[in-house]
Amino acid sequence: MDTLAFGLTLTVIGMGGTFVTLGIIIALTNLLKRIFPIPSDLKK
Amino acid sequence: MLESIIYSSAELLAGIKYLFTGGWPNLVMLVVGFGLLFLAIQKEIEPLLLLPIGFGCVLVNLPLSEVMEQGGVLKFLYDIGIITEIFPLLIFVGIGAMTDFGPLLENPKILLFGAAGQFGIFLTLLLALALGFSRLDAVCVGIIGACDGPTAIYVTSQYAPHLLGAVSVAAYSYMSLVPIIQPPIMRVLTTQKERTVKMGFLKESVSKRTKIMFPLMVTVVTGIIAPKGLPLMGMIMLGNLMKESGVVTRLTGASENEIANTVTLFLGLAIGGTMEGHKFLQLQTLAVFGLGFLAICLDTVCGVLLGKVWYVLSGGKVNPLLGAAGISAYPMSARVVQAQGQRYDKKNFLLMHAMGANTGGQIGSVMAAAIMLSILKGMGLI
Repeated sequence: MDTLAFGLTLTVIGMGGTFVTLGIIIALTNLLKRIFPIPSDLKK
Repeated sequence: MLESIIYSSAELLAGIKYLFTGGWPNLVMLVVGFGLLFLAIQKEIEPLLLLPIGFGCVLVNLPLSEVMEQGGVLKFLYDIGIITEIFPLLIFVGIGAMTDFGPLLENPKILLFGAAGQFGIFLTLLLALALGFSRLDAVCVGIIGACDGPTAIYVTSQYAPHLLGAVSVAAYSYMSLVPIIQPPIMRVLTTQKERTVKMGFLKESVSKRTKIMFPLMVTVVTGIIAPKGLPLMGMIMLGNLMKESGVVTRLTGASENEIANTVTLFLGLAIGGTMEGHKFLQLQTLAVFGLGFLAICLDTVCGVLLGKVWYVLSGGKVNPLLGAAGISAYPMSARVVQAQGQRYDKKNFLLMHAMGANTGGQIGSVMAAAIMLSILKGMGLI
């Protein structure tokens, strides 16, 4: 693999992987908020 | 008798003779070391790191110094803390214990800014490769764009230890210069209308259980996707779990105070020890500083550009300035966003949203580094 291909591979997979992973974390965080909502007495 | 007095005196002057014959790089680095001490003490720029780094730099560059020789004090600290990667990881426990992910959890989508803020890593990596850096060296130069000192040290100490001094000093110096580097870029890339977008107040919508489960979830998800980065993410999330659980207040306190302070001292001294003149004063070091600066600028540009896209997609409800907070310099860049927002509208309070993006930047920077390490492992380079 030449240097340009190496750099582009790292950039595309690195940034893509970072976005996808953070996307998964966002989805799971929203799920956590639904599973563990603030108790209704605390909301008031 | 007279002869032995003369020989003994000559030995005492050997250091001065060395300094003015072959030791000019050490002389230059002594000036650099005192410069770092000046910045730390007089200007209060990252004093916790720059003071021990500056002092370590002075120690190692004094003529005929043996502090980085086998058995020397700085060499000992380097071997036990940097070669083993323990120091940056212990600092991460403290950072996790100090970080409040609350604003991020109120509005999880803002985590995407933490991804955009990592573009600088990869764009700088490409530039470093174009400039002729070897592949692993280029990775370590790019990692300055994570704006995250411990991550930069962790990666560089493993894969380009000869660049450790330059990368560490560049990473911490530029982190402290975020309030100077970011505002002009933010102003150039946004319009007056965009800068004055108000985002309202975050409502309390996160339960204690969610805050406890969040670090566990992040550790598991990121550990499965990029196991090479698990030590980094695991330690930061351990610190946060201790803080949010509230059951180990002594450990939390020790992590964010005693342990973090002690390790910061040792880490700074050991990094300073890597700045020996003959090894440090090379064209490559200057290139590292230039590329590091560029990396942080590119992070800011890409973050703000994502903010502009989000502004359009949301119908003008998201302030693009928030994108600048998607880097790991916590809480500096969040404060910069708040200051810039208020510069154009005194009643615009962006701080909590910016804190969310900023903590997202912390997760994003570690994630980007973790993924990069996993890709390198997949390529068989590490």
